[in-house]
Amino acid sequence: MKCATIPASSPPILERRVNKLLEISGLEVGYGGIHAVKGIDFHIGQGELVALIGSNGAGKTTTLKALAGLIAPVGGQIDYDGRVLNAVPAHQRVSMGIALVPEGRGVFARLTVAENLLMGAYSRRDHAAIDDDLARMYALFPRLVERRDQLAGTLSGGEQQMLAMARALMSRPRLLMLDEPSMGLAPLMVKKIFETIREVAAQGMSILLVEQNARLALQVSSRSYVMEGGSITLSGASADLLGSDAVQRAYLGG
Amino acid sequence: MEIFFQQIINGLVQGSVYALVALGYTMVYGILGLINFAHGEVVMVGAMLALSALTALIGWGVPPLLALPVSLLLAMAGCMLLGFGIERIAYRPLRHAPRLAPLITAIGVSIVLQNLAMMIWGREYHAFPQLINNQSHHVGGAIINDIQIVIIITALGLMAGLMAIVHRTSLGCAMRAVAENQHAAQLMGVDVNRVISVTFMLGSALAAIAGLMVSANYGLAHYYMGFLLGLKAFTAAVLGGIGNLRGAMLGGLLLGLIESLGAGYIGDLTGGFLGSQYQDVFAFFVLIAVLVFRPSGLLGERLAERA
Ligand SMILES: Nc1ncnc2c1ncn2[C@@H]1O[C@H](COP(=O)(O)OP(=O)(O)OP(=O)(O)O)[C@@H](O)[C@H]1O
Ligand SMILES: [Mg+2]
Repeated sequence: MKCATIPASSPPILERRVNKLLEISGLEVGYGGIHAVKGIDFHIGQGELVALIGSNGAGKTTTLKALAGLIAPVGGQIDYDGRVLNAVPAHQRVSMGIALVPEGRGVFARLTVAENLLMGAYSRRDHAAIDDDLARMYALFPRLVERRDQLAGTLSGGEQQMLAMARALMSRPRLLMLDEPSMGLAPLMVKKIFETIREVAAQGMSILLVEQNARLALQVSSRSYVMEGGSITLSGASADLLGSDAVQRAYLGG
Repeated sequence: MEIFFQQIINGLVQGSVYALVALGYTMVYGILGLINFAHGEVVMVGAMLALSALTALIGWGVPPLLALPVSLLLAMAGCMLLGFGIERIAYRPLRHAPRLAPLITAIGVSIVLQNLAMMIWGREYHAFPQLINNQSHHVGGAIINDIQIVIIITALGLMAGLMAIVHRTSLGCAMRAVAENQHAAQLMGVDVNRVISVTFMLGSALAAIAGLMVSANYGLAHYYMGFLLGLKAFTAAVLGGIGNLRGAMLGGLLLGLIESLGAGYIGDLTGGFLGSQYQDVFAFFVLIAVLVFRPSGLLGERLAERA
């Protein structure tokens, strides 16, 4: 399953490497004794929307946490935009363009909606542009406008998900990672969130989408990886995976 | 009635000091869930540093009205460095340790600081130099002097300033974010360690000012002065609801008032059996009463789940 190591001297492959925004090789992550991610390889190209699916406890969240810098990997390497990320602290990854909307959203319940959005832009120094982006987020999620001075803890689950996404976008990421954005949301809200994901992807942002709802994830993404027990067991074009028997049986209830 | 007004004034002066110190306890608790029992010693170090600087400067012929702010700034700088160091050396390595470990460490730091102070400044009481002609004013039968007026006004200004920092600046927003969810704050690009350091330094700067206020008001400083003051300010923080900034201010002022009214009337209340030297017991009655009847404090909501 592992990608062969790419010889740096071979020009056509080097060309391909440049287009990879993120490349992970042999990533291993553990919690104490528990090995949650057991040496996985994958990559995300510039502007690509890639899905990572798999059942509960497969290690998807753990992978995202390692990419965001919240857990240090035990082994392997994370290459991002020509730099090795392994030792870069989480807060510095934000200004490098990496944003994670965590599982459970992680909005600051005691901060107002507006303050949450401003926290999203915390690492930026271009203050004039921040105001423009704020206006853009309110245009993208009109529901947040009337609630801007409300404490985020008083928002509904769907509104919190919108806020979490808007907050992540406020950092102007190049790589947006979403951990189960559809979790616990009503169908209409899921639709709205996925429309936004499509919209953002269409603007050229690279996206790594982790989803329980495999069908939705495969429909929206161009490529996908399937994770099982800490390893990547399948990968390919999302359309192919949607049609494959193995995926049908295991994740799509077909 | 005169006694009443007088005790109100005394209570407000003492309460202002408690409030400033209580803010230091509550800010650190809010962000780390840690009770920094060494905070009282930071107040003492602030008082000692300010006093040493003041004595030296005045000895060199610097005019008092210049010597005072300079020594205050020196004391603040020294205490900020101390607060930074305490967190860095004593608490940070224990960030993920069981809660008892940093608590015991805090008591250890407190003992170390007391002993260091005793070695540097000795066991004796240091007199606060007479800087200005501290005039007394009569208000409705009660007396308030210049130093007390300055203490109350400065404390109110500092509290307003702190609230402005916490609620109106991006640093303050980051502090509140870190207090709520450190991981999520990191995902916003917040350097959590830096915010924690800044929090300790802010609290320590307030402690230095409080230290100077106490020694100016009583005319004395002593290596042991931080202990009782620290405990009372901690009581004030718990009374207001630890972790809550407004609570610390309210708790501080209330505790000052309770203590001083208590001391003013304890003789009457006990038929002369107990005198005003028992005023210290009020703080601890308050602490026990709060812990028994309202452990979350007046404005707090989460002591029960966190402590
Ligand atoms: N903080 C933790 N401490 C110990 N083990 C953990 C911790 N977090 C996750 N694990 C374990 O690591 C494994 C992978 O968990 P992870 O959360 O990455 O899975 P997931 O694919 O995101 O699952 P889900 O779809 O349920 O969110 C699981 O076996 C889980 O029990
Ligand atoms: Mg997960």
